[in-house]
Amino acid sequence: MRKVVKSLFAVVMSMSLIIGCSSGNSSSTNNAAQGANSSGKTELSFYYPVAVGGPLTKIVDGMAEEFNKENPDITVKPVYTGSYQDTTTKVQAAVQGKTPPDVAVMLSTELHTMMDMDAILPLDDFIAKDGGSEYVNDFFPGFLANSQVGGKTYSIPFQRSTIVLYYNKDAFKEVGLDPEKPPTSWDELVSYAAKLKKDGRYGIEIPSSSFTYWMFQALALQNGKNLMSEDGKKVFLDTPENVEALQFWVDLSKKHQVMPEGVNEWATVPSDFLEGKTAMMFHTTGNLTNVKKSAKFDFGVAFLPAKRNYGSPTGGGNFYMFKGTDEKKQEAAWKFIRFMTEPKRAAQWSVDTGYVATRKSAYEEETMKQYVKDFPAAAVARDQLEYGHAELSTHNNGKVTKLLNDTLQSVITGQSEPAEALKKAQEEADKMLAPFNK
Amino acid sequence: MGELRAKWKVNMYAWLLLLPSLIFLLLFTFYPVIQTFILSFHQADLGSPEPFFNGIDNYKQMVEDEVFWKVLTNNIWFAIGTVPTSVALALGMALFANKALRGKSFIRTAYFYPTVVPMIAVANIWLFIYTPEYGALSHVMEWFGKGDMNWLGDQKNVMWAMIFMVIWKEAGYFMIFYLAGLQNISQELYESASMEGASSWTVFRRITFPLLMPTTMFVSIIAFTNSFKLVDHLVIMTKGGPDNASNLLLYYIYETAFSFWDQGMASALTIVMVVLLLLVAAFQFFAMDKKIHYN
Amino acid sequence: MLRKFTTVGMYGLAVLWLFPLLWAVWTSFRPRELATSWSLSADFTLDNFAKVWDSAPFDQYYINTFLIVTGILVAQIITATLAAYAFAKLQFWGKDVLFVLFLVQLMVPADILIFPNYNVLRDLSLLDTKIGIMLPYFASAFGVFLLRQTFKTIPHELEEAARMEGCSWFQILWRVYVPLAKPTYIAFGLVSVSYHWNNFMWPLIITNSVENRPLTVGLAIFAQSFETGAQWAEVSAATVMVIFPLLLAFLVFQRQFINSFIHSGVK
Repeated sequence: MRKVVKSLFAVVMSMSLIIGCSSGNSSSTNNAAQGANSSGKTELSFYYPVAVGGPLTKIVDGMAEEFNKENPDITVKPVYTGSYQDTTTKVQAAVQGKTPPDVAVMLSTELHTMMDMDAILPLDDFIAKDGGSEYVNDFFPGFLANSQVGGKTYSIPFQRSTIVLYYNKDAFKEVGLDPEKPPTSWDELVSYAAKLKKDGRYGIEIPSSSFTYWMFQALALQNGKNLMSEDGKKVFLDTPENVEALQFWVDLSKKHQVMPEGVNEWATVPSDFLEGKTAMMFHTTGNLTNVKKSAKFDFGVAFLPAKRNYGSPTGGGNFYMFKGTDEKKQEAAWKFIRFMTEPKRAAQWSVDTGYVATRKSAYEEETMKQYVKDFPAAAVARDQLEYGHAELSTHNNGKVTKLLNDTLQSVITGQSEPAEALKKAQEEADKMLAPFNK
Repeated sequence: MGELRAKWKVNMYAWLLLLPSLIFLLLFTFYPVIQTFILSFHQADLGSPEPFFNGIDNYKQMVEDEVFWKVLTNNIWFAIGTVPTSVALALGMALFANKALRGKSFIRTAYFYPTVVPMIAVANIWLFIYTPEYGALSHVMEWFGKGDMNWLGDQKNVMWAMIFMVIWKEAGYFMIFYLAGLQNISQELYESASMEGASSWTVFRRITFPLLMPTTMFVSIIAFTNSFKLVDHLVIMTKGGPDNASNLLLYYIYETAFSFWDQGMASALTIVMVVLLLLVAAFQFFAMDKKIHYN
Repeated sequence: MLRKFTTVGMYGLAVLWLFPLLWAVWTSFRPRELATSWSLSADFTLDNFAKVWDSAPFDQYYINTFLIVTGILVAQIITATLAAYAFAKLQFWGKDVLFVLFLVQLMVPADILIFPNYNVLRDLSLLDTKIGIMLPYFASAFGVFLLRQTFKTIPHELEEAARMEGCSWFQILWRVYVPLAKPTYIAFGLVSVSYHWNNFMWPLIITNSVENRPLTVGLAIFAQSFETGAQWAEVSAATVMVIFPLLLAFLVFQRQFINSFIHSGVK
């Protein structure tokens, strides 16, 4: 069939040449065939998402440029591919089209899906050759949790985050709460939020679009254990603890009325916080620098409040390498990954963005020490990593995540009850995962 | 003999002239549909590295899939909500723009310009309009002393919000077709009607509306196809949420194909969509044949 | 009374229709901090535009969109003119069947076949190319019908006369039919250009690189790049930048556009 298409297409192309309208310049950037170009330079295509806004593309581009200067025989071509979701789609489409990028940053949770597609390379050989366990073990374990399966390492942490509680210290003072004592338990969260609520201001906002599952995971972790098995073949959605966690989330708006009803947009929650329309919010540490720059009031950052224990999933993107690229490129790509994750760069990245520096040694860097000293809030996320867990990641990840997001949203918008909805989601998810449990 | 040769020649000519269009038509409409039809009987997803024949399993699964039914129902409501309203509004716009004494081109421009604004841009603008607390709508409602509404974050409102936006985007485009249709109605008809002292409502009912019937049919077909085609805004505004309340068939196909990589299911969904569109088209053509005799 | 009421209503509708655009333009010139408030102050700035221009390669996107839109239009005009002539003026074997085949494309446009056509492009190794974005649209049933309608109204005598002067069929097509169908070409051009300028889903799926990414995809990616919270002023600025060229062209030529549309025999 393919042959038919191709020959048909050849006819078309020759015809359009005659008519003179072949205007596209086909630039499939990453054919394995064009491994090294004539000057002996290795060209790498590098897909990356930036979830944190325009200027960051400049930072990544700048880092790539620096790398190119240090390595004259390699040229990295960074390609900004949109949000995390967009980037995943792009990479998968490219893999399906047999033109994978040489290196990409994708959500750490794509691990199982990418393995099912047989798309990614285990990195152990590269690590063994260059860096060793000393390199790998320098990363915070919470961040590596989504990288490893079956004793192999498939991705290297890069732009990583966790969820933290942001709170408005001025508002705390205003209602007579101690601004140095953020809520540490769910009960405190509710009572503080009730105190902070007034006309035009809510007590707390937890975003419920885009990363709904992530927020739920935090609540679930605080009340018990993680939502999935380590091998990504099972999920545990309908445990009594999770039902309780979801009920708590719903109650914040329905019962206690300290949170707006309906779905709270991921992107407008920080705006609400900055405008003083909510006194507290759950959000990613990736937001820290933005909040620091834009807040016109004194604010604090704290661990997410605990139920049984503290807890937050990690999140964000890792470096991946792909099968089907040639060896020379793979080596160059590894060099690039090493370069991008050097402690001093991890430190600078954290300072610039608010993301958590991925390596312990990054916090020994001068820039980082100074930064944490001037801005202690920056250390909160790192310290919370002690209670950090893997982000929800399963086989068939896209489907399972959507299912959970839909379920959560239907409960949050009052269309169904937590216990019932989670039970149904569990059944559906079991079906989706059945082929991987054979 | 000569006649036959001439016939041959014309045939050759005609086919050669049609060939370029035909090749692209075959390559990007018919061949893909056939290929998809075949793939829809295969299991081809992340759990099965090599696609294998699984009969009508995909279709069976689809029938059991609640999201599919929700998406389909949504799409039907979306069509019911957008097609008649935007077509009727377009007719009203055309009648008015045709007669308006002052600011004719201003009126036409104001109605028409959404057509040249990309749906993605429309989505950006309207997302901001619908956002609670900051959006224009929220400010307007404040003026009237009404409480704020979470338009996109609530299952009950989100579809209405989308429908209104799409009517805004499309009505002006359809107006143009009506403007063209109005030019084809002879002035004499109107003159003789006014001599008989017919009221403007009678004129509309007896002359304008019936004579515009072909335009109405044509525009309805475009509007209907569009209601299945327009999903760009979902990418920006809701991703189909909350809980699929704003999800539409084509976006669901996109998710199934490119987020879940369930290619067999994506194929089956595509086939359902194609069949649906063809059925409706056939129905409309049939209706059109019957009704448009007076032109 | 009723007439006055509708008149006021229709003018009101026009204002209502204009509102989203005005609101977007207004926001795009506001300083970031004021974008979300509903105040009427005289603070205006170009910062948003500068920032947007700086943080994403919109110049490249403009070029890409321009090339794609032009490429499609040229190809469509050629294929549609040829086919329309055949349908309008020639009697040949299989005409009815072919006509129905073309009709099907009107019902099942390429936009709906995103997944099947992705597979076709993959088989052709044309993913992430400009030509790949264009190809599925090279044949336009809509264009064929539009032109066929117009060609039909052109009297046969004109063609005969040209033939007498010794024109080849191509010359006849070029000298007689094309010039007489000018309004139709303009109308079709307007539809095609605005359609493909607006197209999003298809290029989103098949492009990866900046070199091939059109404006709409660039804008969507830009608008969604704010994990940290909505940047209304900047997104509005980007939006205005993207819609501006086409809107301007439309405003300048609106009389010609609409008139040619009205007289092109579109029905």
